[in-house]
Amino acid sequence: MTSLAFDLPRLLTTAPLLRARRLTKHYGAIPAVAGVDLDVYPGEVLGIVGESGSGKSTILRLLNLEEAPDTGDYTLTIDGYRGRNLFTLDRYDRRALRVRHIGIVYQNPLHGLRMHITSSGNVAERLIMAGERRFATLRNAARDALDASEFPLARMDDIPRRLSGGMQQRVQLAKAIALQPMVLLLDEPTTGLDVSVQALVLDTLKRIQRELHVATIIVSHDLGVIRTLADRVLVMRHGRVVEHGLTDQVLDDPQDAYTQQLVAAKL
Amino acid sequence: MPLLEVHNYTKRFHVHHLEREILAFEGLEFWLNPGEFMLVRGPNGVGKSTLLRCLYRTCIPTGGQALYDSLHGPVDLARAADVDIALLRRSEIGHVTQFLHPRPRVSALDLAAEPLALAGRMWEDARSEAAEWLEAFRLKRDIWHAYPATFSGGEQQKVNLVRALIRPQRLLLLDEPTASLDVATRAALIERLRELKARGVALIGVFHRDSDVVGLVDRELRLA
Repeated sequence: MTSLAFDLPRLLTTAPLLRARRLTKHYGAIPAVAGVDLDVYPGEVLGIVGESGSGKSTILRLLNLEEAPDTGDYTLTIDGYRGRNLFTLDRYDRRALRVRHIGIVYQNPLHGLRMHITSSGNVAERLIMAGERRFATLRNAARDALDASEFPLARMDDIPRRLSGGMQQRVQLAKAIALQPMVLLLDEPTTGLDVSVQALVLDTLKRIQRELHVATIIVSHDLGVIRTLADRVLVMRHGRVVEHGLTDQVLDDPQDAYTQQLVAAKL
Repeated sequence: MPLLEVHNYTKRFHVHHLEREILAFEGLEFWLNPGEFMLVRGPNGVGKSTLLRCLYRTCIPTGGQALYDSLHGPVDLARAADVDIALLRRSEIGHVTQFLHPRPRVSALDLAAEPLALAGRMWEDARSEAAEWLEAFRLKRDIWHAYPATFSGGEQQKVNLVRALIRPQRLLLLDEPTASLDVATRAALIERLRELKARGVALIGVFHRDSDVVGLVDRELRLA
């Protein structure tokens, strides 16, 4: 890693909400993620950039507890989970943690939504998993979350298959934030949307970030998206972090040879 | 202790594909007390903007120290953790650049209000204060709700100024803030800087025309 070594935080007195250490994951002989460390503070947005296959999305799947790493520590500063390596949770605790505290938006809505049940039903499902059974509460909470995601409420009973790509992403986002999670994971949330829709979704993400004060990680290969949303950024290549820093610094004064190429390649 | 004490500050850009080092500046020494204004002078390309960016940490200095006496304790801006720099940017150190990065589909008023909201103010409150600032900098009322991507350079710069000045600061870095402003707005900005200085804000500025800052300057740093 070519980033200069900075001092440890001294002025900021809050602890990171999310901390991961030595994350490592191989697929066969191929190291997808090789010894990644990261911290995200409450209310902060951490961007992860890098070419396809650099390990960005694998990191999100690990942090979403969808996949087990080969090795690594993962902690969240949340009551009931403090000091525990979350990779060692049993499947019931893992599911409870995910439902209650982690929201995720996938690039492909097929991964995040059931395409044959209504949009409001998709959002309500998350509340049902958290134990809510009253129909009126479910309906209202789903409506509120869809509204916060700026989804057109007139279409809340349409199935996702009938919605545009931008609207499908808003349903995913509503599902992700319905229970006001502590952690929000965004995997290329605007890739594949046309630019005007992308702008609107970015604006919604920015507002939600400001209002919910969650710790957010956004993976994107679009440096414009990263500049708009991220406070800090990690640059990944071949499963390793080659550079990290404040977003404007990494984009305007990149240190590593690969980051310099990446930034220079932006249109 | 001064608010800012800079020793041997040096910046070289290492350009990998050229396998070259490019020197921006070397061995700078200066200090600044609260309420002082330092003018940075020198011809194009001597590293004036880069110096401001190295203090704001958009660029990483390659040598030296910038000891800053923050409200949270003393810190070296050259070495501080990214999250500490982010904290200082939210609460103490501002940077006025020559360019606005307008975001698609975000109105001028919302862009101007955003820094206050991020600093913890209620959204409607932040918007009404932003409106006062846009008024003071004479941005036409009928474009407050329009998207700045289509604005003229001067109009964009007004939004940019409000974004940078709307938050309380202790150290303000000004990179040619008057460059594309009309006379009246320039006067409004200078008046605003005078007030900030009187309130104890330290300012470091690069100005194209010295006449803009007559009577404000306490010391000069000449780069060559």
